[in-house]
Order: sequence, then structure tokens, then C-alpha cells
Amino acid sequence: MSGRGIRGKVAVAGIGETTYYKHGQSPDAEFVLALRAILRAAEDAGISPREIDGFASYANDRNEPSRIAAALGIPDLRFSNMQWGGGGGGVAAAVGNGAAAVAAGLADCVVVYRALAQGQFRRLGAALPDPTVSGDMAYLAPYGALSPAQRFAMQATRFMHDHGVEHGVLRAIAMASYQHAQANPRAVMHGRPLDAETYDNSRWIVEPVNRLFDCCQENDGAAALILVSAERARDLRQPPAYLLAAAQGSDQRRGAPVMNAPDFGSGSFNTVAPRLYEAAGVAPGDIDVVQAYENFTTGVMMAIVEHGFCAAEECNDFFTLENLTAPAGRMPLNTSGGNLAECYMHGLGLQLEAVRQIRGQSCNQVPNARLAMNIAGPMVTPVSSLIMGSEETL
Amino acid sequence: MTTSTYLPAGLPAPLPAVDGLDVPYWEGTRRGELLVQRCGSCGTWQWGPEWLCHRCNTFEMQWQPVDGNGLIYSWQRPWHPAHSVLRDFGPYLVVLVELPAAGSIRMVGNLLGPADQQVVIGAPVEAVFEPHDDAEHPYTLVQWRLTP
Repeated sequence: MSGRGIRGKVAVAGIGETTYYKHGQSPDAEFVLALRAILRAAEDAGISPREIDGFASYANDRNEPSRIAAALGIPDLRFSNMQWGGGGGGVAAAVGNGAAAVAAGLADCVVVYRALAQGQFRRLGAALPDPTVSGDMAYLAPYGALSPAQRFAMQATRFMHDHGVEHGVLRAIAMASYQHAQANPRAVMHGRPLDAETYDNSRWIVEPVNRLFDCCQENDGAAALILVSAERARDLRQPPAYLLAAAQGSDQRRGAPVMNAPDFGSGSFNTVAPRLYEAAGVAPGDIDVVQAYENFTTGVMMAIVEHGFCAAEECNDFFTLENLTAPAGRMPLNTSGGNLAECYMHGLGLQLEAVRQIRGQSCNQVPNARLAMNIAGPMVTPVSSLIMGSEETL
Repeated sequence: MTTSTYLPAGLPAPLPAVDGLDVPYWEGTRRGELLVQRCGSCGTWQWGPEWLCHRCNTFEMQWQPVDGNGLIYSWQRPWHPAHSVLRDFGPYLVVLVELPAAGSIRMVGNLLGPADQQVVIGAPVEAVFEPHDDAEHPYTLVQWRLTP
């Protein structure tokens, strides 16, 4: 194990989130949502918000660290970090960036945060309103390949064709999220269960891959988590969730324009996942619970394969509702309801759920969960993933 | 005279990049010529347009005509309208086409013909030029149809 790694040096000490709303329904301004989530994370950790001296986010979050630091009265802002590119693919990377800062002594207490009030700004799932387009989009938008669902469908269609994957795989992923959300009062889809018939009868968004329930929600809300050194975390209110490893990036020419990545039919993790496992010193079979970012269920499918939980040719047998649900499933997945059914907090809600599993505080607790994986942003570039562990995994 | 197009008017119109990178492509399609990039130094085919050859890292990218014969590499049939002009229009077909004679680079376009046709990965297709002469900045799209 390299001395340069973050393994066991940094822990999540606090988590916080606002009420989660359907998009456009937040009564608070987006900046207020960010502040509320950060204050709750500090309270959860049992620290003063003024101890925060670093900020890490992703996807060009609009709420800048200097403004937040001024609002909170932070005396010494030491670290302000934005993960470039990849939208939701930056979630685990942002946690990794914050953890690296703590491990290297650039900051002592970093908050990772994301706030979205899509009703106050542009929706993520709609086409840009521009009358003209240049660059990559000039070769996509005029053909009606406009939204994220449409831009990612080609990868998924090719993957399913190459490996003989049936649509029941995607249905199982969607139903697992909805089943977990029924036990989670925070979830926007709490009280709205999804059965197989409803899934099968839902309208196509993009055939042959995305039905309505294969697509994430769009929501308003905010989430935050607080990173401190392992030593500091042991003195705080909550059981620490230690970072064992974080990895980000993508394989060769993933960003090649107009869908020309060499390994096109993939979720972009083929080089990232091996680096993650090596740094953490664990194998796929050691992981107790998985939170995998659902922009679309197709991305979850590919990300799970690329992280070694099953072979591509085994998808039809592996992805069943029974296997994917807590407490007893073979690989409990998205135990809060995830982006599909808890809240599309751009993936940060999934990070908070991984922390709850390590603490033993989930609404859908996996018994004795010690190792939790978090996968962020399939099919984009860069993507990222991380592994958290309890004290006994160090 | 109105030109006939696969999708309704009003979708975002392509403009060559302001830095000039892909001007030859868009000028070529207006003439009915399909030009893609090939490295003048090492012969590597490359798409979409880029300044640098990804294989030999020289700035020798040139524009080479290709015959427009391809194979369907992937496809999708969007139903949900992501743009206001597509409301009450769909579904429609978008295909990703690889060009075996040009290093298997891939291009995106619509598959002409019935929107409900069965699409087969690997099926041969050929390029069709679709002029948009009535646009503010006239342009021509490259579309695809099954090879007879």
C-alpha cells in the first residue's frame, strides 16, 4: 500500500441534507438550500460550521465557496475546489479531492456539497434553447440527439446488443430503488411504489433502452458531507466512515467527439475501477452494499459490470429484484432509493446513504455493513467511484 | 421552394466552430461531398473534428472525401420530445454509423424511412445529403438510408 494513498487517513464525520423537493418546488433559494445542508452536516458531526476551512464540489455548482464562507463567518478559507467536467460523474471525485486535501494538510475540515434548484435555473434534462450550435453538439442536436437520455442511449444500446442483455435487468434496477424508497421518509417517491406491470407499461423516453422509470428524477434540494482527519473523526459525535480509496477519470479517448470512444459501449469505468480496488486493497466480493449513480438504469448496469460484480454476459441472471434489495440481497443497491426514487441530488444523496450504511443508520440497513461502494456518473467523462469502510476495515 | 427534411424545422442549426476547425466539413456537405479527417503524417482517420492527430500528435489533419458507405453501429428511437418543435412529432430514428473504409470512425445521423422500422445493428447504410436552404445560415446535414 503506497504511503501516498488516502486509505484510512480521512473520514466522513457529518452528513446533512434539506427536504427533497420535486423540481421547481423548493420554497428556498438555491443558495439557502446549500447553507441549510452544510449547517445540518456540521450539526450532525458535532462541530461548529466555522471549523470548515475547505470546500469541494462538482458540476459547476453555482454556490461559490467564498460566498458560503462569508455567509458562515469562516475565519480562514484554505481550500476551494471544483471538479471539472462529467456532471454527476464528479461526485465521488469531489469527495476524493476533499479527502486528498485533508490527507495532505491543505485543509482540516472540508465540506463536499451540491445544491440544485432547477426551478430557479435551467433544467438539466431539457435541450438548450439556443437557435444554433457549434462543436460536438453541431453533429448531434440537428438530428434530435439533444437531451442526456438521447446522448447516452447509443452506448447502452450497443452494450446490450454486444452482451445479449434483456430489458428485465433495467426493470430490476428501477424497482430496487423504488422498493427501498418506500422505507425512506426522505424520499420524494415515498408512498409511491413501483410494480413490474407499471414499469412495463410506462412510456418510452428513448427506445430501446429508457422507459420513464429508467430515468432519474429532477429535483430541488441540497446535500453536504464533512471530511476531517481520521484522528479528529474519532473524537466526534458519529461513527466515522473512513475513505479507503477514491478514483476518477476515464479510459483512452472517452472524450473523443461525436461518440467515437474506442470502447464505446461502456460506462467509462474500465480503467477507473481497477485503480480503485488496488488503492483500497479490497475486491468486489468484499463490498457489502453499493450505491450506484442512476442517471439512467443503463448506466448502473454498465458501472456494476465494470466494477466486477458480475460479467456482462451474466447480467440477465444477476440483476434481479431479490439480489438488489436490502437486507438480504446478494448486492444491495441504492438503499435510499437513489436518484430514481429518493432524490436526484446529483448523486450526493447516494454518498450520504453510503455513510449511513457504514454507521448502521440506513432505513434499509444491510446487517453489519462494513464496506460501501459509491459509483458516480456512468457513461460520462470523467467518472469516479470510491469505497468507504468502518473502523474494522482499516 | 421549401426543402424536405426528416425532422421539423426549428431544431438547433449547426454553425462551423468560431475557431474555424470544421469549416471544410460544412462547406463540403453543401457541395454534396462528405469530408472527414485523416492525418497527413501517419494516415490515422479521426472523427469528430480535432486539431491534433491522437496517434502521432502532429497538427497535420487533412480533409479527405469518403464514399459514405457505412454500417449501423448503434441506434435509438426517441419518443419523448426534448425540444419544443418535436412535440407531437416523434418518434424518430437516430443512428450511429461506422465507416469501415475510413478507420471505422463513427458519425451520427437520422435513419431515413419509417420511424417504426426495425433497426438492425450491422446493417449497411449510405449517406444522403439533406440541404436546409431556408435556414438563416444555410447548411446541409448528412443523413443515412439503408443501402438498397
